[in-house]
Amino acid sequence: MSRNLTLGTILSSLVVLAALVSFVWTPFDYTAMNIPAKLQTPNAQHWFGTDHFGRDIFSMIMVGARTSIAVALVAVGIGIALGVPLGLMAAARRGTWTDELIMRGNDLVFAFPSLVIAILITAIYGAGAINAIIAIGIFNIPVFARITRGAALSLWEREFILAARVSGKSGARISLEHILPNVMNLLIVQGTIQFSLGILAEAGLSYVGLGAQPPLPSWGRMLADAQTMVSFAPHLALIPGMAIILTVLGLNLMGDGLRDYLDPKLRVART
Amino acid sequence: MLRYSLKRLLSLIISLAIASLVIFFVIEVAPGDPASFMLGINAQPDTIAALRAELGLDVPKIQRYFDWVGNMAMGDFGTSYTYRTPVTGMIRDRLWVSLPLSLYALALSTLIAFPAGIYAAARRGKPGDLVVMGATQLGVAIPNFWFAMMLVLVFAINLRWFGAGGFSGWQDGLWVGIHSLTLPAIALALPQAAILARVMRSALLDILGEDFMRTARAKGLTRRQALWRHGVRNAMIPVLTIIGLQFSFLLAGSIIIEQVFYLPGLGRLVFQAISSRDLIVVESVVMLLVFAVIMVNFAVDLAYAAVDPRLRSRT
Repeated sequence: MSRNLTLGTILSSLVVLAALVSFVWTPFDYTAMNIPAKLQTPNAQHWFGTDHFGRDIFSMIMVGARTSIAVALVAVGIGIALGVPLGLMAAARRGTWTDELIMRGNDLVFAFPSLVIAILITAIYGAGAINAIIAIGIFNIPVFARITRGAALSLWEREFILAARVSGKSGARISLEHILPNVMNLLIVQGTIQFSLGILAEAGLSYVGLGAQPPLPSWGRMLADAQTMVSFAPHLALIPGMAIILTVLGLNLMGDGLRDYLDPKLRVART
Repeated sequence: MLRYSLKRLLSLIISLAIASLVIFFVIEVAPGDPASFMLGINAQPDTIAALRAELGLDVPKIQRYFDWVGNMAMGDFGTSYTYRTPVTGMIRDRLWVSLPLSLYALALSTLIAFPAGIYAAARRGKPGDLVVMGATQLGVAIPNFWFAMMLVLVFAINLRWFGAGGFSGWQDGLWVGIHSLTLPAIALALPQAAILARVMRSALLDILGEDFMRTARAKGLTRRQALWRHGVRNAMIPVLTIIGLQFSFLLAGSIIIEQVFYLPGLGRLVFQAISSRDLIVVESVVMLLVFAVIMVNFAVDLAYAAVDPRLRSRT
């Protein structure tokens, strides 16, 4: 395993662990206010200090990890669930109007950055974590469709696919049984990258008030709350910021490491 | 090239038409009537009906859509429900902040990324390359709005070199305007510079392995001469594509950065419009952003095809 993959896996696992543990244990109740203990810097009792309501920041970071991971994970799920079949279908019907329709549809969705989609959704249904998931998820669809189609197109020219066609298998069956397993590595790597982008997007949406709403903690909103207090309590901004950076860095390193590990050409070059 | 351009132009028109349809009808299904919202819960039905008529909300949706698109094509975005002033003027005033900010960030990101990417590619595998790649890895992981807060903390609050936020306008002079947009532009440029530096490095590394680079060296050019005369120029094709795409992301990204620095740009306009249910402003700003993305992609496609003839023949 490469250094990138090891470091990335360790960082990402720590965040996932914090999120999972927060379901059964946090050092303090993340909603409990304790005004006399407000704005404490990190200390033995409150490892990451307290916020302006005296809430324990470590507990909020743990629960915030849950929010970030849940939003980014479901958004990646939406992207894969809709994008991959579309990409497979476009490749199977390459050169036809179906392919053209899917790809032009992709271009159109690409023209709507996730923030713009979130603005549209919020204008209709109001802000919330679900809307953030939908906004990021919609943006993920063309990403997975394009990458699947691109990889599948070259596979359709290969001899083993020709053999499957000669044996009478339909396009859909070939896509499912032969193309999909062969693009899986690529999808895992892209999934990791989109996951890290999802964490960043969720933080951005929560920061501008379009993501998770109180009392559910989210790293982006913790930063928004910290903004007016950053001059006298910089830890309020530093800690959630570091949580986002380490998570995204971990996932990116893991993505890079996985790409190297899963690419047979790179593996041969290493040995 | 003409055939390719016409085909892309047709695709552009279709994309804009569908995008405008999606935006209009998505906003139209929004629950709640803007007229009722503006007049409050105690408003009489006939007053609401009169305001609906005044705002043009009483005509069929499909007619309103065509009116909206037709007027927009003439530069008229309608009248704000909340401020009762032309949306075009509101957007134009805000664009004077958002557009220079995006362009400033684009220039900074290019100025940082080019030397960094070229330096890393020229020293592949050496400590200099590892440092640049490590920095770019960190750069893409840093949320720009958090970086913006850190810039404010260091350069505005502690060192007092810049203001912590706000924008007094361009009437005080170009330098004053640029000075107040500097921290936001740096915050916006950083992640894009990290991405661009990685693209530049990887494009250059691909080029450095090409036969024509070996030929250039065989002709007697030094490594540095070959890199600049043949490597960088050829690596510009993918890099320019990414720069084009980044502009749209910078325009959308400036919406968030404007919140950190309290800048009176498109971002603040759209968030105010959402909270006051000024839906015509929301749909106009969203359409403008999507229009910018589609137009930039179109321009990038044309530029790409002009440089690389293989693309023209492929489509």
